[in-house]
Amino acid sequence: MSSIRSRRILAAVSGGLGFALVLTACSGGDSGGDETTAASGDCAAYESYGDLSGKTVSVYTSIVTPEDTPQIDSYKPFEECTGATIEYVGDKAFETQVLVRAKAGNPPDIAYVPQPGLLNQLVATGAAVEAPQTVVDNIDEFWGEDWKGYATVDGKVYAAPLGANVKSLVWYSPTEFADAGYEIPTTLDDLMALTEQMVADGKVPWCAGIGSGEATGWPITDWMEDFMLRLSGPDVYDQWVNHEIAFNSEAPTAALDGVGAYLKNPAFVNGGLGDVNSIAATAFQDGGLPILEGTCSLHRQASFYAANFPEGTNVSEDGDVFAFYLPGETEDVKPVLGGGEFVLAFADRPEVAAFQTYLSTDLWANNKAIASPAGGWVSANKGLEVANLVSPVDKLAATILQDPNAVFRFDGSDMMPAAIGSNAFWKQSTNWITGQSTKETVDNIEAAWPAS
Amino acid sequence: MDIATKFLTMALAILIFVAVVGVILFIAGRSERTSGKRVAFLFLLPTAIMLTVGLLYPAVRTIFYSFFDAAGTSFIGLGNYETIFGSAEQLIVLRNTAIWVLITPFVATAIGLLYAILVDGARGEGPAKALIFLPMAISFVAASVIWKFVYAFRPDQPNVNQIGLLNQILVWVGLPPQQFLISTPFNTLFLIVVMIWIQAGFAMTILSASIKAIPDDVIEAARLDGVNPFEMFRFVTLPAIRPSVVVVMTTISIATLKVFDIVRTMTGGQFDTSVVANEFYSQSFRSDNQGLGAALAVLLFVLVVPIVVYNVHQLRASEAR
Repeated sequence: MSSIRSRRILAAVSGGLGFALVLTACSGGDSGGDETTAASGDCAAYESYGDLSGKTVSVYTSIVTPEDTPQIDSYKPFEECTGATIEYVGDKAFETQVLVRAKAGNPPDIAYVPQPGLLNQLVATGAAVEAPQTVVDNIDEFWGEDWKGYATVDGKVYAAPLGANVKSLVWYSPTEFADAGYEIPTTLDDLMALTEQMVADGKVPWCAGIGSGEATGWPITDWMEDFMLRLSGPDVYDQWVNHEIAFNSEAPTAALDGVGAYLKNPAFVNGGLGDVNSIAATAFQDGGLPILEGTCSLHRQASFYAANFPEGTNVSEDGDVFAFYLPGETEDVKPVLGGGEFVLAFADRPEVAAFQTYLSTDLWANNKAIASPAGGWVSANKGLEVANLVSPVDKLAATILQDPNAVFRFDGSDMMPAAIGSNAFWKQSTNWITGQSTKETVDNIEAAWPAS
Repeated sequence: MDIATKFLTMALAILIFVAVVGVILFIAGRSERTSGKRVAFLFLLPTAIMLTVGLLYPAVRTIFYSFFDAAGTSFIGLGNYETIFGSAEQLIVLRNTAIWVLITPFVATAIGLLYAILVDGARGEGPAKALIFLPMAISFVAASVIWKFVYAFRPDQPNVNQIGLLNQILVWVGLPPQQFLISTPFNTLFLIVVMIWIQAGFAMTILSASIKAIPDDVIEAARLDGVNPFEMFRFVTLPAIRPSVVVVMTTISIATLKVFDIVRTMTGGQFDTSVVANEFYSQSFRSDNQGLGAALAVLLFVLVVPIVVYNVHQLRASEAR
């Protein structure tokens, strides 16, 4: 009898172990930042926020290790001067979880929302609160109308932008350009002329890779968005993103053909990687690496691509590799494709408003730049001193964003319905690069657009 | 949440589980002498509750939502099923699933069976079997990553080296390197190879055990009758191991119908390689089309059920003998 009992206990315990493992696997793994002391400067600039001792503001974001450390460090001056505590939680599953939390009535005080579409959804839940006047004033002072528009829902301003990234970049080798006497192109025609010059010099100018698992194809959506902005302008771009013009109408077709003039021309691609088809088979991370080997000269990819070059690569104006702005049709129009986060509040307590205001100031933008010694961060905040940024690519991106002629547009595929933006657009782009015609491609995407 | 809290959660979960099981055992122990049926009921109760919550309810809900639109708000009747059997894109998904199910179980079982017979009683049988069984120990995702390297493509250009095994072999024999994962429809066959590589070991193990279980007197009798090796296989071995073959084939068929990891890891369903399980995932979670996702899940369920029924039927028949 006792042996039976002990066997039962054993069974129960071992079953319990397995069950517990499942449970722990389900519980989320969020990590706070470690304590590092920032230099406590002059607190005069923080006086307007008042004394917030003992108050806590919870921040929920998709920015996780290692990018969270400079974020947390940049809050230190605010915390030290006002006495408030910022509780930072980064979560890779932010985009789905924040909606769940907002709908369940358990939102954070502040969320950094990385997409305008998600911002709209969050406002629609009724949990978000409008931005205080101090934030709106800062937006008017430091950002353009383009950014403000993305933070506005039904005429009400909800959030100030936080960070930003620039996608309209072409990577190249400064050494190669100097040796061959190439000039950085300033118009789209120049870019085509440069490409043809390179072909005449016996090179395969462009390299690209669109492989990204189930997201294979997304780099082409960025290419097409860039060409939409350049060939048809920001207004038609907005109509296209909002499906006010059909995906298979004239302007989008022209844009995709514009991309095809580069990516589907066997003479132009795929330097060091193969034929046109090899674009589909190459991982996007590997797409620009042939520049370093000298088998490719040009690669269109966002500013974050800097991190893909092997350690020790000199990424600067006179180094192994650098980027230039993908030019507009003429030198005067500077459409910029990119992304960024917005600081959305779900509580109207004074300390939350104070922190939200702090994040919208030039003061914070510069604190953040100084707190990011490894680079990899920029903001479209016009009060950001470019000199405070460390990496040359960040400086370039900030210069592009702050250009008075710059017209910023968000990555359009992120704002289209999921059935398009994270399925049909990717899939059809992939089919397009492996041989499908432009017409069939845009027709298929238009057909996949969800009704309503 | 730090490690300590996680362990605390785990300890708490273990305690709760032990407590629940303890209560059940305690109640069952008390009523042990009174009635056997009550004990049975008590033991079945947790299973019944979990099956209802974890299987029955989601299944009914999925079937229900397969008749609704993308957002799951308005009823569209059989619209999602019309999409599955009507749109060109979804028909390719069905075609691929058919190719997978028609090829994988037969080839994997044939290879496993052949191997089992060849190594049976041979010297070094253990290591030989271990070799083909090893892939079973590798997860589908890891196997897919390995095979992605086997199929890797680099262009045939000076100072560019092949990194993929297959393409290097092609280059050695003087052929141009191939885009194995991109050229439709053969890319599906190259994905199937991965599944066969994994499942052949499973087939071999089960079938080898069942070959060894054939009574020696039967084999000796056949030898006395003067059968050649082929006749031995056809008239003695195969009939004797038939139940095992059925189990192996149906098990592999079900696994193949549900294949998801290989497709998602190697091509992400691009280049016309998607199968029902992968399409279900991408429609539900990527495309945000819950209705179509649910309909695909139901379709998968409908396809698996007959195989399960057949399997159970065969098991009963072999037990009855």
